[in-house]
Amino acid sequence: MEVKLLTEHYDDKSFQGIEGYKAKGGYEVLKKAFKMKPQEIIDEVKASGLRGRGGAGFPTGMKWGFLPKNDETRYLLCNADEGEPGTFKDRKMMERAPHQLIEGMIISSFAINSPKSYIYIRGEYNESTAILRKAIDEAYAAGMLGKNIMGSGFDHDLDLYVGAGAYICGEETGMISSLEGKKGQPKLKPPFPAVQGYLSKPTIVNNVETLAAVKYIIRDGAEAYKKHGTEKSCGTKLFSVSGNVQKPCTVEVPLGYSLMDLIELCGGLKPGRKLKAVIPGGSSAPVLTAEECVDAKMDYEDLAAKGSMLGSGAVIIIDDSNCMVDLLNVIMHFYHHESCGQCTPCREGTGWLEKMVKRIVTGEGRLDDIDLVLKVANQMKGRTICALSDAAALPAISFVEKFKKEFEYFVREGKSMVTSKGAPAHA
Amino acid sequence: MSELIKADDVEFIKKEMVRYEDKYSAIIPSLYKIQARHGWVSEDSVEELSKVMEIPSADILEVRNFYTMFNQKPVGKLHIQVCTNVSCAMNGGRELTDHICKKYNVKKGEVSSDGTVTVNQVECLGSCDTAPMMQINDKYWENLTNESAVEIIEKLRS
Ligand SMILES: Cc1cc2nc3c(=O)[nH]c(=O)nc-3n(C[C@H](O)[C@H](O)[C@H](O)COP(=O)(O)O)c2cc1C
Ligand code: SF4
Ligand code: FES
Repeated sequence: MEVKLLTEHYDDKSFQGIEGYKAKGGYEVLKKAFKMKPQEIIDEVKASGLRGRGGAGFPTGMKWGFLPKNDETRYLLCNADEGEPGTFKDRKMMERAPHQLIEGMIISSFAINSPKSYIYIRGEYNESTAILRKAIDEAYAAGMLGKNIMGSGFDHDLDLYVGAGAYICGEETGMISSLEGKKGQPKLKPPFPAVQGYLSKPTIVNNVETLAAVKYIIRDGAEAYKKHGTEKSCGTKLFSVSGNVQKPCTVEVPLGYSLMDLIELCGGLKPGRKLKAVIPGGSSAPVLTAEECVDAKMDYEDLAAKGSMLGSGAVIIIDDSNCMVDLLNVIMHFYHHESCGQCTPCREGTGWLEKMVKRIVTGEGRLDDIDLVLKVANQMKGRTICALSDAAALPAISFVEKFKKEFEYFVREGKSMVTSKGAPAHA
Repeated sequence: MSELIKADDVEFIKKEMVRYEDKYSAIIPSLYKIQARHGWVSEDSVEELSKVMEIPSADILEVRNFYTMFNQKPVGKLHIQVCTNVSCAMNGGRELTDHICKKYNVKKGEVSSDGTVTVNQVECLGSCDTAPMMQINDKYWENLTNESAVEIIEKLRS
């Protein structure tokens, strides 16, 4: 069963504007939050078990707790860079429910005592940007932003910053570099942004969905929020489901939802097709075979137990018409293109992986290329400034290990085991 | 003073320079402004921007070169960017790119001889539920077929 907290009013066009939003109880939760102490809000978020929805799944309340206990200016950055292939849930939210994000951000800013927040949005999202700009203007005009919001004595400014096309700016320290007007290159951690972030000031970076969820945690209380989901994976989650399903879309279900039921919610596979594999958390997440999917639950623990991850909740459904060598080639091209080049294992490794997989997919592969892919990928893990290197290595390893026969066939026969077209387009 | 950056744009840039905590944050919005005017960002415009912002041109050039949305050479009137990442690739995005290139007789990344189109293949645009899809200038076009895509381009070209 779907549980609609964040998506309840997605189909109501008027929810986009402040009047329609208020008619559905909009900004009432902010009023409630202002009656609480900031620490009570943080405690409630901690108690809710909310984990970051951007990919890493870090507990949100705990992250907020890392802020220094002094009066240094701190910033809240909303990560709306949404670049993980397969992910489109944040765009949907910004377009259908922009005020819900803004309200969540004001509540969160009040909790961490931040006078200024930014939404860092990816440059291609022109429509979301226009809708958000209008919503921010409306919020200022209604006194929800600016000085002494709702007579609470709390002042807050919110601005939008538009990125310019770089996946790596979705990584939180890359985003901070970019907002500072530099190349979007990640920075070494520690220091973590909560201690030293934007302009060296304490900074909290949270995903769009995470900040919107805060609103519902404060509205319903942590106990009620935790009733959705499993013991360790609390609440609802937005899944972006795409690939070979009949009705690709964003759905909101409790964490722990069955993967096979999720596929059914999206119309199931095309007639006559069989499930071959699923990438459960964006292209960085190790692929699952059809057998592994049968009892897979969409939560942090179950997917980790299966050697994969929930990631951003981008679920890519792959049916038996696809060649896995071809798909890995697409994925490897992406990571090589997006590596920022600071760390040798990542810069060189993503280059090698792309080159070797491309060699196989154009029929030029050598038998030892397959083992070489695994060797190179294994050397890329855990040795770099940010997690992009691992994000490239993990799919390579899982594709090759789980679908080795297809790779071997391609090397031996010079063509795909699955598609009759020979080498796929743009190899 | 400048030829590539018009007076209104200078005004915009000056405002952006005080909008954020640090004036460097105004580099990206200013590069967008230049691109909106010229369709791309030349090294000469970077030099002029450096004077307006009083920021070393090397710092600005580095930013222009890092972000893929800043065009480093002129593009056609219609900048067609077809997504060929996983979900779009599975649904015909690559074949669509080839189809458009063939139709307008251009290679990827080049401007057609009449100056109207440039075709590029790009990474996931966050619209995988409507694959295959493309972006033309600022706008997304979704759930495409080879035929519907050409129809859209033809309308925009005229
Ligand atoms: C290469 C890379 C790309 C990332 N892209 C995104 C992104 O597009 N959106 C996002 O919210 N988080 C992204 N993240 C995760 C962020 O670094 C960060 O963990 C997140 O924004 C924190 O917010 P959350 O705790 O609310 O999830 C990315 C991480 C890496 C390593
Ligand atoms: S791991 Fe890759 S993307 Fe991340 S900082 Fe290093 S080179 Fe850049
Ligand atoms: S894969 Fe094409 S929009 Fe995401």
